[in-house]
Amino acid sequence: MATAPERHLPRFNRTERAVHWVHATAFVILLGSGLCLYLPSLAELVSRRPLVKGIHIYTAVAWAIALVAIAVVGNRRSLVRTAREIDRFDADDRAWLLRRGAPQGRLNAGQKLNAVVTAAFALLFVVTGFFLWYGERDTRFRLPAALIVHDWLMYVSFVLFVGHLFLTLIYPKTRHSLSGMTRGWVDESWALQHHRKWVEEGQWPGSETSPPAASNG
Amino acid sequence: MRNDDPRPYGRRAFLGLVGGGLTSLLWARPAARVLAPVTSQFSQLAGNLFPVGGWRIYTISGSMPLFDERTWRLEIGGLVRKPVSLTFEQLRALPRAEQVSDFHCVTGWSVQNVRWAGVRFRDLLALAEPLPSARAIRFVSMEEPYVDSLTLDQVLLPNVMLAHELDGRLLSRPHGSPARVVIPEMYGYKGVKWLTRMELVDHESSGYWEGLGYDQNAWVGRSNGYSS
Repeated sequence: MATAPERHLPRFNRTERAVHWVHATAFVILLGSGLCLYLPSLAELVSRRPLVKGIHIYTAVAWAIALVAIAVVGNRRSLVRTAREIDRFDADDRAWLLRRGAPQGRLNAGQKLNAVVTAAFALLFVVTGFFLWYGERDTRFRLPAALIVHDWLMYVSFVLFVGHLFLTLIYPKTRHSLSGMTRGWVDESWALQHHRKWVEEGQWPGSETSPPAASNG
Repeated sequence: MRNDDPRPYGRRAFLGLVGGGLTSLLWARPAARVLAPVTSQFSQLAGNLFPVGGWRIYTISGSMPLFDERTWRLEIGGLVRKPVSLTFEQLRALPRAEQVSDFHCVTGWSVQNVRWAGVRFRDLLALAEPLPSARAIRFVSMEEPYVDSLTLDQVLLPNVMLAHELDGRLLSRPHGSPARVVIPEMYGYKGVKWLTRMELVDHESSGYWEGLGYDQNAWVGRSNGYSS
């Protein structure tokens, strides 16, 4: 039985995907090296703390530089548009969070919240990490709570990360979303199920070639 | 459904999280203390699943020293009448002391109720017979160049020992096998791990971390910028 070819809708542009993958790569390296600094059994297995510490710190620095580089050479307008999109929770978003199954835009309310938490945590990781690093060099800057907060951020991030991986790699209903973050597009039929408002409004803010979004006042 | 009332919850949540996170630098420690009964139960559970147990392992060199019972010796020398070289078996044969004490790291984490077993310094020093001019002990780790010193008064405080067991088992490699100094009243950096030599000296010299700006007398809550 022949079926009509599936239409692909552009969901995330290159700049957005670059931001995502810079975060993802840095997070995995930071989590892995951080756990080697944190768990005694891993510390013994790797047993090269100064090296692991160097990897941890330089990955954090590289992550920050990469984000600045994307902001410089990437599509800044789309980043601002995405930030605005993440900021705004309409009545459907609020209903969705209350599990009332309202239609969703390009990003559902959960994805928006995840982005907000990720951004806030990134900043807090940097601040607490800075005090951990600098406090070792100048004891006046050692904040004992920095380590506790850095740990708590890690616990919460770890749970979010596992949930994120489950939804994007395992759970059959949602895992097609990975295509949006790898190839940039998703199938229209899938988008209609999960992001109907986005499809119906016919605006493709994710696309670099798309016309600017129609004014909606 | 048409929505004309998008609300800026995103930025509010962001600012709330960042604000809460930054102020937590002030309230996280008291909160951690209040939550300790809950979190310690959780970490007990987690500790059974994952080897966390609250410990973090700090090393300063490229790899952790490996203990080889055939070649390892604990040398006690310097200002002593009788320099001593103990095998691990001889160390274990000395009068055994046990204690339960808290462990505090200068970076801010603690492990409560650690069960140590080992040897009191009184018994070790009795073997070597320090000269009257001896005032302090310089502890040398197999992990070079880690050294640190304690005065003789300090090592004779209650609950100070050279530990060779932790929680009922021989010290593991991450915890400084075969023997480490334990002085609960001071931060962990004073407790030299992977100990191989004790040198009696006439004055305390600064150790590895003291060379990086840490206090010579690392009293818990009363040093390194902490005040009780």
